[in-house]
Amino acid sequence: MPHALTTSPVYIVGAAETPLGKVTDQSEFSMVGLAAREALGEAGLGFRDVDALFTNYMGEEGSVQLGEYLGIRPRYAESSDMGGASFEFFVHHAMAAIAAGRCEVALIGYASRQRSRRNRKRSATALDGSLSAQFETPYGIHFPIGHYALSAARYMHQYGARLEHLAEIAVAARQWAMLNPKAWSRDPLTIDDVMASPMLSDPLRKLDCCLVTDGGGVVVVTGRDRARNAAKRPIRVLGAGESHVQWHVAQCPDLTVTPGLASGRDAFAMAGIQPGDVDVFEPYDNFTHSVLLYLEDLGFCKKGEAGDFVAEGRLRPGGSLPSMTSGGGLSYCHPGALGILLLIEAVRQLRGEAGDRQVRDAEIAVAHGTGGLAFSTASTVVLGRD
Amino acid sequence: MAPVALLFLPLPLWCLAVTDKPNYSDLGAADPTTEPFWQACAEGRLIVQRCTACGAHQFYPRPFCLACEGTTLSWVECRGTGTIYSLTTMRLPVDPQLPPPYLLALVDLDEGPRLLTNIEAATAAIGDRVRVAWRQRDGLPPLPIFVPLRQP
Repeated sequence: MPHALTTSPVYIVGAAETPLGKVTDQSEFSMVGLAAREALGEAGLGFRDVDALFTNYMGEEGSVQLGEYLGIRPRYAESSDMGGASFEFFVHHAMAAIAAGRCEVALIGYASRQRSRRNRKRSATALDGSLSAQFETPYGIHFPIGHYALSAARYMHQYGARLEHLAEIAVAARQWAMLNPKAWSRDPLTIDDVMASPMLSDPLRKLDCCLVTDGGGVVVVTGRDRARNAAKRPIRVLGAGESHVQWHVAQCPDLTVTPGLASGRDAFAMAGIQPGDVDVFEPYDNFTHSVLLYLEDLGFCKKGEAGDFVAEGRLRPGGSLPSMTSGGGLSYCHPGALGILLLIEAVRQLRGEAGDRQVRDAEIAVAHGTGGLAFSTASTVVLGRD
Repeated sequence: MAPVALLFLPLPLWCLAVTDKPNYSDLGAADPTTEPFWQACAEGRLIVQRCTACGAHQFYPRPFCLACEGTTLSWVECRGTGTIYSLTTMRLPVDPQLPPPYLLALVDLDEGPRLLTNIEAATAAIGDRVRVAWRQRDGLPPLPIFVPLRQP
């Protein structure tokens, strides 16, 4: 099917993390600024070349604040809040805008110091007249562990998934983190360790939940002409898709299915790939059971069968579907919005610069983001070596 | 507190708006579209919207039907019974008024709509039948919660 997006290839030409973990000597804006400089440098570009800016969680009118800080006056800009998946949405949008000639060099970035600031909120504000304040806050639902626990409990009830299946996700992520010097948690971890950690909201235990760390990153997206100057191998955006469903958990008709069903279908169709073609999978592992749902919704296995699919270490180093290869949100870094780091890790794997955790001959990688409260949003990006 | 009786007195129309009921929207505890729901809660009634065109029930309220996009909806009282769709025991402190652990659930009302709620019981399970009960709150309308429905 001839399409503008397939005839005007778009590439990620720069990718850089901000400092990660606990950051006390930088502000969020300076973190993004230095990562932007590094990512643009990889592409042989500078701030003055950027004409499109995409960010989230950088304050009110975030792209305006970030643009001012970097001295960038974009002709294409977005600060949509799609939760932690915003950055996969932004690659999708930048791809379309670049292919349509609306901009040439898109900078997508973000940083958070949620660990240092201790400002992560536990519930929506009561008495603000919002629907959340009326129908969720009074019941004491933890934001977002309670929402995801309701999904996990229903999923286990409906499909017979076991706690061991959830724990396997945490163990797989940790085994990758042990190969990544930048990962926050690098001590060995067993299934029994996960299942012995404190229960927070049944069935989710402490080690089923992602980290709370500082961090962030930047990726630079551009078309073929500007990609020619890149110092490092440009990574082609082969496909992208997005969707969102509910904000309030009671409005979700089926908590065992995510909007990744739609975003994955669109992204894989655009890329012309099947799940079996994926060499590296970077799922948004905010909670262990989330990864089981993505594997099903993206078509790696049938609905309800992900527990068996991940058994025997399929996602671990040496497994047939290397996943969470940085260590993921569970063991590497979760700065409140992991989506940007999924893209960066996918790019590094495809460039062959992932060090001890390098997946051999990786040609196609999928970054799959989620956001909001119990899978409100999803965006899937398929990347490949050109 | 006699707002219903007021309706039957031969008073000028403007009096109909004057009752001694609190307006929950003014308190920030409701919005203009949910005010009828919370007023019903104050009377111990659980109500949801029903589309007069297609018969679908919906909650939270909207000025149109999500099923058929019609705009003629009425409030109907629920039987007050439902089934637990999902359930978690919240063990983290979230609200000083709610010391953990407590049961947080999604309940499917027999009429269809799904509610986030608490189950007031020592234990419960997905699939259990439940009925509505009320949690009194200072200065706010009673909150619909659920308790196990005793099997006959």
